[in-house]
Amino acid sequence: MTPCNYNDARRGFLKKSAAVAALYLTPSLFVKTFAMDNFVPKPIAKEKLSLTINGKLVQMEIDARITILNLLREELAYTGTKKGCEMGQCGACTIHVNGKRTKSCMQLAVANQNTTITTIEGLSTNEQLHPMQAAFLKHDAFQCGYCTSGQIMSAVACVREGQAKSRDAIKAYMDTNICRCGAYQNIVDAIEEVAKTGTKI
Amino acid sequence: MNKNKNNSIFWEDERVDGVDKVTGKARYTAEHNLPNLAYAVFVTSTIAKGNIKEMDVTKALAMPGVLDIIYYANCPAVPGYNPNAAERPKNVTEWRGHKVLYDNKVRFFGQPIALIVADSLENANAAIRFVKPTYESEAFETNFEKARLVPANLKAPINYKRGTGTAVTPAATVEAEYTIPIEVHSPMELQATIAYWEAEDKLLLYDKTQGPKSTQGTVARTFGLPEKNVRVIAENVGGAFGSSLRSWSNVPAACIAAKKVNRPVKIVLTRPQMFSLIGYRPQSWQKVNIAADAAGNFLSINHEAISNTSRYEDFREGIVDVSKFLYACENVTTKYNLLPLDLSTPIWMRGPGEATGCFALESAIDDLAYQLKMDPIALRIKNFTAVNPENKLPFSDNNLKACYEYGANKIGWKNRPSVPGSLKENGWLIGYGMAVGVFGAGKGSASVRAVLSNDGKLLLECAVSDMGPGTTTSMTKIAAETMQMPIGKIKFKLSDSDLPPGPSQGGSGTTSTVGSAVNLACKTLQQKLIALAIQFAPAFTNLTAEALEVKNEMIVHKTDTSKTIDIVGLLKLANQDKIDLTINSTGKTPEQLKFTSNSFSAHFVKLAVNAKNGKIKVLEVITTGDAGKIISPKTARSQMLGGVVGGIGMALSEQLEIDHSTGQIINASFGAYHVPLHLDIPKTEAWFVNKPDLNMNDIGAKGIGEIALIGFAAAITNAVYNATGKRVNHLPITPEKLGFKVAKV
Repeated sequence: MTPCNYNDARRGFLKKSAAVAALYLTPSLFVKTFAMDNFVPKPIAKEKLSLTINGKLVQMEIDARITILNLLREELAYTGTKKGCEMGQCGACTIHVNGKRTKSCMQLAVANQNTTITTIEGLSTNEQLHPMQAAFLKHDAFQCGYCTSGQIMSAVACVREGQAKSRDAIKAYMDTNICRCGAYQNIVDAIEEVAKTGTKI
Repeated sequence: MNKNKNNSIFWEDERVDGVDKVTGKARYTAEHNLPNLAYAVFVTSTIAKGNIKEMDVTKALAMPGVLDIIYYANCPAVPGYNPNAAERPKNVTEWRGHKVLYDNKVRFFGQPIALIVADSLENANAAIRFVKPTYESEAFETNFEKARLVPANLKAPINYKRGTGTAVTPAATVEAEYTIPIEVHSPMELQATIAYWEAEDKLLLYDKTQGPKSTQGTVARTFGLPEKNVRVIAENVGGAFGSSLRSWSNVPAACIAAKKVNRPVKIVLTRPQMFSLIGYRPQSWQKVNIAADAAGNFLSINHEAISNTSRYEDFREGIVDVSKFLYACENVTTKYNLLPLDLSTPIWMRGPGEATGCFALESAIDDLAYQLKMDPIALRIKNFTAVNPENKLPFSDNNLKACYEYGANKIGWKNRPSVPGSLKENGWLIGYGMAVGVFGAGKGSASVRAVLSNDGKLLLECAVSDMGPGTTTSMTKIAAETMQMPIGKIKFKLSDSDLPPGPSQGGSGTTSTVGSAVNLACKTLQQKLIALAIQFAPAFTNLTAEALEVKNEMIVHKTDTSKTIDIVGLLKLANQDKIDLTINSTGKTPEQLKFTSNSFSAHFVKLAVNAKNGKIKVLEVITTGDAGKIISPKTARSQMLGGVVGGIGMALSEQLEIDHSTGQIINASFGAYHVPLHLDIPKTEAWFVNKPDLNMNDIGAKGIGEIALIGFAAAITNAVYNATGKRVNHLPITPEKLGFKVAKV
């Protein structure tokens, strides 16, 4: 076992900062250096992106590798859209791109040039809740709330696409969105109620 | 939403934090933004056991945006990891956990071996593949079923025995073995920490934790800081189910990195890492033997269990405990062994211990009922006990019989075929099953601060967290009822270690513990208001406190209702801008300790098994709970519904799979580890006895979180037996285990 150096560990750790880093590195005998073998890292590719998010035009230079999910959460503070798996398997990151429900973890931001995006924050345009948000609240269609944004974005698409004709149809459409707290029945209740009102949402 | 929350006391409507959750405003750990934030990602081991001979980080360090790569050879010495530290903590097991980035040992596949810190998540991720460790592998064992058969692999057992045996010859005896694979909590929110050193010895942490105070303590001890120098905030917790009851490697790693790069650092585990780095329900083997006389009286119960732990820590839970106290039986023996494997350490998962134990016990009782030709409910009633046979104390309340009656009625128990496999409809075999769940109902200590301002608003504070059950809502509701004031004027602040100390949210104890403290704080507040009224309000001069009460935001004379003064007016009269008090509510009183307290549940299932391919379709569920007074019916119901969903997963699909040739988890994703989805969930009704248990605490409420799940898997397997005549004791039940051939893909 080669553990760290423990001479006066407490002071050593707390005093640690970038300026004094060298003083507190462990003895060099543990740190072997390796050759670079003419290794030249590729520079970060940047792209210009222009799109509309929740009615606002966004124009910015982005890292070409960033997903639309990470762009929303890390760069634009739209944290209502959740990260649950980054594999397109849980649905927590569901948003609407040009009106279509989309798993935002599976899309590079650059692929969304000139698109119109709606996130949970843009679902209601005034102080009133969107009917689906109100129905989720009424039916207690969540517990921890983490999958809720994605469930609601999918639910709105479900009704808009005419897929909410029966409870089984709703379940089949919503099978893309995991809720580990297990609010499924209440979610279907909420969607069914909104669908039955026939309100255009 | 304009709800009349401001006027209603007995409001039973939506969650107080619900609007934030449906609008995306609710912030979870990874969503807090700090200036100059750096991103950290773990590089994890690709062997199960051995040493890292050397690690080439040269190229990774040269990648754009990479600030540092921290691993055993350059990690600053963490004071709490010091094996020679002069101050050893009292609880030594706490320090035996995996010390992240500490040494070159690999203890399980997927263990963090390096931490890449970069200026963006993209840059951090891009560097992972350039970190090149060279390993020296060692022999390892991850195969529970194989390893448990070798006695030398097991740790010394914990044994229990009561009774001297019986002279009665049993009319029926059942004995069977039961296995449950590793199950993983899989909350939707990824485990995350943001660490920021506000000063050289002062740390601010945003952390996904079920216990801000517990995390504060762990971090303070790990980094040699006074507790007051560590602030932990867990504003919203996106599900946890036990997985955030301890600080995992992401917490110290973020603290180390933030110190080393001198910037705030955020770590968010990936979904695959969620399967290996934040605990799991341990794999288990059980054997249960029950003997009964012809009338169904249990003569003896023998319950054995083995569950796995890691090689570096012991993790035990009360798997066999349920057999000691749930039913009347004089002769009980239990034995519990731990089996260390080269895996990470398990942790409590919803219904810890009892969920595993009840699956075996409740399956065995069902089996016994068929042998005795008795109804399984009648057999349970026959062995009902109002006194806990283990500690001989009466249950503070036990309304299981009411649960049986309601559940049996609603599921249509009378339609249950007495001969298994005899009811067939349209090619589907129909079966009914039921099983019981039980969990200890505790009451611990908690402090609550109450601030009543002269604008009539009440602020309550406690450092507990809310991972989803609706603690914020139920605490607000308790305060509203005690104070007899509108919900809308009360705010319950939580999830910050700077607030008065509260428990970790776990073990179904929050409502009882914190609710009792909220109740006490409100009662104390009322006494202060009454004393002020006597001192300052002319109408009350010379009256005693007993003559007055507080309700409808007023101090009122109990008999002469014309004598009143409103709270706002009184505070103005007394020239006080607020009443600010902090109370400490302790555990059970001597009077409450004369009882033993549990929450109970009984689950009823109707399901169908396809006679051709063995596909199981759960048709209907009635789940009943005996948890004292139900504080918040809407959120309590949701907890029960959630337990059913978790139970369906446990019974029918959840199973962590390990490739024992490499030690690697091979289904670490939602695509391969199957949690229940919308289509798996049947029509479910949740019902509560809803009878205050005032022997237990002053508010009469007990926990729900665990009993919602405990026992449910057995209700499913019992129903599958009723439908098919085939008993599957090895979870999850699959068509293959029912004897159907399944085409291999």
